[in-house]
Amino acid sequence: MGTETLEELQKKAIAEVLEIYPAKAAKNRAKHLGVDTPEGVKGACDKTRSNKQTVPGVMSQRGCAYAGSKGVVWGPVKDMIHISHGPIGCGQYSRAGRRNYYIGTTGVDTFVTMNFSTDFSEKDIVFGGDKKLKKALEEIDELFPLNNGITIQSECPIGLIGDDIQAVAKMHKKETDTPTIAVSCEGFRGVSQSLGHHLANDAIRDEVMTDSTARQTFESTDYDVAIIGDYNIGGDAWSTRILLEEMGLRVVAQWSGDATYKEMAITPKVKLNLLHCYRSMNYISRHMEQEFGIPWMEYNFFGPSKTTESLRKIAAFFDESIQEKTEAVIAKYTKMTDEVIEKYKPVLEGKKVMLYVGGLRPRHVIGAYEDLGMEIVGTGYEFGHGDDYKRTKEDIARSTLIYDDVNEYELEKFVHAIKPDLVAAGVKEKYVFQKMGLPFRQMHSWDYSGPYHGYDAFAIFAKDMDLAMNSPVWNHTKAPWETKEEVGA
Amino acid sequence: MSELRQIAFYGKGGIGKSTTSQNTLAAMVHYYGQKILIVGCDPKADSTRLILHEKAQNTIMQLASEAGTVEDLELEDVCKPGAAEFHPDNNEITEGYIMCTESGGPEPGVGCAGRGVITAINFLEEEGAYDDELDFVSYDVLGDVVCGGFAMPIREGKAQEIYIVMSGEMMAMYAANNISKGILKYANTGGVRLAGLVCNARMTDKEYDLAKQLAKSLGTQMIHFVPRSNHVQRAELRRMTVVEYSPNHDQAMEYKELARKIIANDLKVIPTPLEMDDLEDLLMEFGLEDDVEDAIVGKKEGEA
Repeated sequence: MGTETLEELQKKAIAEVLEIYPAKAAKNRAKHLGVDTPEGVKGACDKTRSNKQTVPGVMSQRGCAYAGSKGVVWGPVKDMIHISHGPIGCGQYSRAGRRNYYIGTTGVDTFVTMNFSTDFSEKDIVFGGDKKLKKALEEIDELFPLNNGITIQSECPIGLIGDDIQAVAKMHKKETDTPTIAVSCEGFRGVSQSLGHHLANDAIRDEVMTDSTARQTFESTDYDVAIIGDYNIGGDAWSTRILLEEMGLRVVAQWSGDATYKEMAITPKVKLNLLHCYRSMNYISRHMEQEFGIPWMEYNFFGPSKTTESLRKIAAFFDESIQEKTEAVIAKYTKMTDEVIEKYKPVLEGKKVMLYVGGLRPRHVIGAYEDLGMEIVGTGYEFGHGDDYKRTKEDIARSTLIYDDVNEYELEKFVHAIKPDLVAAGVKEKYVFQKMGLPFRQMHSWDYSGPYHGYDAFAIFAKDMDLAMNSPVWNHTKAPWETKEEVGA
Repeated sequence: MSELRQIAFYGKGGIGKSTTSQNTLAAMVHYYGQKILIVGCDPKADSTRLILHEKAQNTIMQLASEAGTVEDLELEDVCKPGAAEFHPDNNEITEGYIMCTESGGPEPGVGCAGRGVITAINFLEEEGAYDDELDFVSYDVLGDVVCGGFAMPIREGKAQEIYIVMSGEMMAMYAANNISKGILKYANTGGVRLAGLVCNARMTDKEYDLAKQLAKSLGTQMIHFVPRSNHVQRAELRRMTVVEYSPNHDQAMEYKELARKIIANDLKVIPTPLEMDDLEDLLMEFGLEDDVEDAIVGKKEGEA
């Protein structure tokens, strides 16, 4: 120990993790694990196998197609009601957990944190639930007349018993003349929540993009943009919007954090789609490019370096007046972020971090940590695809352990071997590592903090990392046998 | 009193399964004084009409749907005593009786009928429908073992003896073979056994030999060859079994014999289902399929 390079240590960790598996499982998992460096040629970022069925019997952290459609893409659309069609659990346990902030009067004109469900019981399985669904849709319209549409989010049993929810949606749409959209996102479909994102995107393509009513009266400007793939977790989309507006752009839609049906429907009128979460909304961005000729651009608003880089990239798409304003915005905020770095870098520099998150964060947040002098030594996606791993290459700064669909056992082993100072992952991992005495931050929900997007939010991000790592509480977590002092000395 | 025996009738749809099972069970009561509970496992709910003299009784799932949940039901709501001589209080002919219940299920094309069977059987067990007085519980199951729900009666702790109703035609034999596969799947975990084939004759060529040979191949017996008789239909028009309609008729005697054999049956085996090729060979041997040359397969009448 000690003389080993980081890369050697990481490769050894993979070998140790694989040892315990039976031959077949080891062969499978080996393809999902690897090491890559910024200079590496054909490293793990190029080769990692992803978007494949999880090995049965391991504790995967993945979600399901329903989670991808209802939880991620559709759920935050605030003026529509999203009804979980099936037994009550899926709807109730996915209720309001993602912290998609929104403005509105809940229960009157906005509904994000409410749970609507058809609450299936045994008799609905046996006799089918189409009639019950129709009744639920009618009750929704009666009780919440200001809803601007309904989506039906299928749970597993619907696909098993073959209910025709598309027909119910079609009938209701015809009767009420409001959008009624059925998504067949049964949880057993696909290998993770990723398919749910795709199915939800397809539903938007077929049902929202084809509705041109709102577009006809929309007056567009040369500076109209849409934020795509920002779910406004802890207010992320708002802090993004501030910067875009200051640089002279008009944000006409936010997908789908704090979004309305109408703003999604007018998006085909924008000049540029700005795509933050590539994984969950690249499909609809590509569709709008093909169908309406709208270009799209990926950007990254985590940490000042990436934010500045992204702002310049976005400004380059527009004219000089925008570019000038953008430089002014950068100058204005850089002063502030420099102060943040000055304050927190001394207490965070050199700290090692391991990430394990979902759609875009395994690569997007790297820059924010590196701005604070923290070092990312491992990262991985729950449900990423090959193109996500390829994009990760650009963001890694040193030898990095790459793990796809990493399970509870592997992640714990890796943490033991690599010994990071901070683990940043989801709630399912949180208590495992905190009980090991390791600082932890939830990077799905920002641990009830945020926003983390943009310059202002960087101050919050830096403060949160400092709180997590340098809290005095860690002085009290050492086990008695780990202290060097002799008892009674 | 002997221990409760749980039996089930399976077989291809339309083969006369419900008719055969009701006549046989009626004979077990009429001639041998057995006490029986019939559990119909078919959304059509026609497994008990000849015993009840009614079109169809209210089913467990239908009543559960009206009441809210299956937990809201009482056993008395769903278990009906048989009509006339099959009623527990009617001891003129015999002390035996038949209680009738139907799982029921959705109309065709919606919902999950298999789940209905599972729900209904669980309900009956939990409510203690299988009481100590009974000699037999008999499940009458729709068609093939198409999904887990319709395999419910052969799972652990349910029916121990399966009787497959078949006839000497190709599809009925395929179905019999498939059902044997289903039994094989659960045989080692649940103790279910194939107890025999009942040939409900259609009077096709070599039917008797064919049924006997299939039974032998599956490792079981052809427990009885029930000849075809219009008397069964005459009784059915009055919503009765032949046994009740004319207990001294030859056809009633056939069911009496089948009933005796079932009561005395101790040949219960783990079936040995045939591979598809072997089944085809068997059919060919008995002339149900012609031995064709490859050259004429798929050719129209005039072509070759």
